[in-house]
This record gives sequence, structure tokens and C-alpha cells, in this order.
Amino acid sequence: MKKFMKKGWKPVAVILLLFIIWEVTSKLFEIPGWLLPAPSQILQTGVEGWASYQHHIFSTVQLTIIGFIIGCSVGILIAISLHLVPQLREALYPLIIISQNIPIIVLAPLLVIWFGFGMLPKIIVITLVCFFPIAVSALDGFRQTDHDLKHYMQMAGANKKQIFWKLEWPNALPYVFAGLKISATYSVMGAVISEWLGANKGIGVYMTLASSSFRTDRVFVSIFLVMVLSLLFFAIIILLEKSLIKWKPKGEGN
Amino acid sequence: MGNLAVKDITKSYGDHNILHGVNFTVNDGEFVSILGPSGSGKSTLFHLIGGIRLPDSGEIFLEDKQINGQKGSISYTPQSPSLMPWRTVLKNVLLGGEIVGKHDEKRALALIERAGLQGYENAYPHELSGGMKQRVAFVRSLLSPQPLICLDEPFSALDEFTRLEMQKWLMSIWQENKRSILFVTHNIDEAIFLSDRVIVLSQKPATVKREFTIPFERPRHESILLTEEFLDWKKAIYRELSEDV
Repeated sequence: MKKFMKKGWKPVAVILLLFIIWEVTSKLFEIPGWLLPAPSQILQTGVEGWASYQHHIFSTVQLTIIGFIIGCSVGILIAISLHLVPQLREALYPLIIISQNIPIIVLAPLLVIWFGFGMLPKIIVITLVCFFPIAVSALDGFRQTDHDLKHYMQMAGANKKQIFWKLEWPNALPYVFAGLKISATYSVMGAVISEWLGANKGIGVYMTLASSSFRTDRVFVSIFLVMVLSLLFFAIIILLEKSLIKWKPKGEGN
Repeated sequence: MGNLAVKDITKSYGDHNILHGVNFTVNDGEFVSILGPSGSGKSTLFHLIGGIRLPDSGEIFLEDKQINGQKGSISYTPQSPSLMPWRTVLKNVLLGGEIVGKHDEKRALALIERAGLQGYENAYPHELSGGMKQRVAFVRSLLSPQPLICLDEPFSALDEFTRLEMQKWLMSIWQENKRSILFVTHNIDEAIFLSDRVIVLSQKPATVKREFTIPFERPRHESILLTEEFLDWKKAIYRELSEDV
């Protein structure tokens, strides 16, 4: 906590400063609330409206967690199978990169047409944005295995399974976490986008309702909610990483 | 137990002839060094004995069984200590046995203590010095079930003082355990000081130029490093090595 106080004050100060400038200018130029509400107004809406949107948060968090877990599992499974079967990697790697060039906004309505308004199309959207960072960084981690260590394992008579679980997997773990951090923040965005398509609950729904009724203050509330959720997920992943990877020299990667 | 015979091994990569008719043996409980100019195919030799490469021709026998291309028959320590950074000292040391399904924590702890590493059982490799890492790697070799230990220039990255300490330590441990050791180095002093026999390799393509049997009695004391006799051996080996160049 002390460390956070020491390091954390700079970004906090910058954010506070930005809010102050925003507040002052919107008061000074009398900008109408439907165009750009002042931070104080957004805060007020956020506090007063808690009862009206808190069920949306719960729904989005649930969707994000389910989507994130499925997306990450898919990513890790893809990385493992592409790593263990080199022919598969040659055949599928370009496809995986192409999958990231599909504009989600265009694909999402199609998914609704194909799979209806249930969970499935939403999970597919989140999986599509989540699996890629993990798959790519895990694959990298598997390939960055130390040659000397691999020779040692081979000469000691280790089979492919032992080499994977005792050497390549633990070696890739920090890389996997790098991917998880990116995916964790993407997954919240993915969940919100998937809720735009058609859902009866969720921050995405709240956001579309707010913007179509020109309640810009509510739009900003939902934007801040997305930010807070992303940061929260990010922090959880970092905590997980710290508890799982204790062998890194201190000061490296912090 | 632990006798190795390398017979007429030839290996090339593409047009590069690396090893050409290499012959030598390591007897049971013997300490043999291979000395050669850098790039003379010493690492290739280990890859062949370790079974991760196949020789173009020739045979390798361990305990009278042919082990061409058979992994898991020797205990190998690469040039860098090659400890797994995510394993503690104790877990690293147990790795060799773990691969073949054996687990002897008691002996591991005893050997860690003998290596002067007590208190570091649960430390991670990044917390150790270079010399300590090498000791851990060697304890791992001793705990591995294979009869022959192959060490690939284990002390090349250490400074002169640590190196002498490590050489003395290695000899004392070896004398207690009497495992066969095949030791690759490009340091003449180190080879003479440690070995029962020194095998000199030629430049590429490598063949065995000569074998020297080092007669110093064991246990050896570092004072022999400065004797006339030691210097004579050094001269003889040096001459053999420099004829190539």
C-alpha cells in the first residue's frame, strides 16, 4: 500500500487535474448537459442512479467472467495444440491472425441472426476478442524455451509430455499472464459490445438506452463503469500472477 | 557399472565434417577429460552420447549395451548450469530422478548439505551465485540414476578463485561417490588437475590425437599445480594441442 502511495500519486494527480479542467471549462462556457455534462453532474447521476443500473453491472460482470474464462481456455488450448503439432501451426496460424481482422461490430449482428439473442452469440464475441492475445503470447512462451534446458531434459530421458509440463508450460506461464492482462481488459469491452446487439440487461444496454434518449450523463456513467471494471479485472490478474509466479527476480517486470 | 566405449564415431552436418573416427573409453569410476580447441565438436560428441543426435557411423556402448540414439542413458550438465528458474534448489536437484519416477529427498538433502548449500533448499536459482548454481547442477547429476555423468565445461563461466574452489569441491565429492565422469574443458590445468586421463582432440574434423594418463595420486592437493611434474604434463599437452594451429 505504501508503495502504491509512493508510485500511484502521479497518475491520480493527472486524472484529478483533468477533471478540474473539465469541470471549470464546462461551467465557464455553459456547455449544455446533453452535449457534455460536467464531472460533478456525472458523479451525481452515478450516485443517484445506483439503484437503477446496479443490476446492469451484475449482468455485465457475469457475462464478462464467463466469456473471459471460455475465451482464455480456448486461447490456451489453441496455443497448446498449435505448439505440439507443428503442421497445425503452419496451417492455422494465418487464420488466427485473420480472425482478428474481422470487424466485431459487423460480425456481431450476424451472430445474432445465426444464434439468436441468448448467451451463445455474446460468448462468441468475447471469445473472439479474448483468445488472441493469450494464444499468441502463450505460443511465444512455448517457443522461447531455453535450448540448454531442453537438451538437458531430452538427454535425461524425458518424454514429450514431461518436457511440456515440466519445462515448456512453466516457462510460458509469465507470457500467458501477459496475454491474460490484455484479454482481461478486452473482455469487458467485448461484453459491452455484445450487449449492444440485443440484451435486456447489462452496461451495454444501459449505454444504448442512455445515448438514444440523449442522457449523456448516463453515457458517461457507463463509460466510467466499463473503465472501473476493466481495471478491476486487470488487478485481479496481477494478484493471481503474483501469487503463482514467485520465482522471478524482484524488480523484473514490475 | 558406468563404463563407456565410443567406437569410430563419425558425424557431419551437411558438408561440415565434425567428428571423424573418434575412439575412446571411460572406465568404471574413472574421471576422464576431453580437451580440445573450441569448436572442435565437443558439444556434438555429447549430443551423440546423450542420444539426441545419431552418429553417421560408429557405435557408442554404455555398460556393454549399444546406446546409439538412446536418450536417458547419461546424466548431462550443459555449459550453463541450466537450472529451472521456477523450481527451488531442492526441486531442481530432484528433477533427474523425477523424470524416471524416482524420489529420494533424504539423499538430496544430504548432498545439498555436503555441497555447502544448507539453508538454500527452498531458494530459487536467481538468488544463488554462479558457483552455487554449478554446485546445484552437479548435485542434480549425482542424484540422477544414470551411471555416467557428462559435464560440458561446467566452470568456464566462473572466475579463477571460484573455479579452483569448485574443482577441489568436485574432486572431493567425486571421490566419495565414485561415479564415472566425462568432463569437457578447454583449460589444460583443469584437465590435468582433475582427471585420471586426458584425451586430446584435434581441430575439425576431430579425432583423438593422444591420450595422457595422469599419474598424480589422489586425493590431490592444489599444491601440485605448481610442481615441476605438473608443468611437464602441461607442456606435453600444450605441444600436442598447438601442433594443429
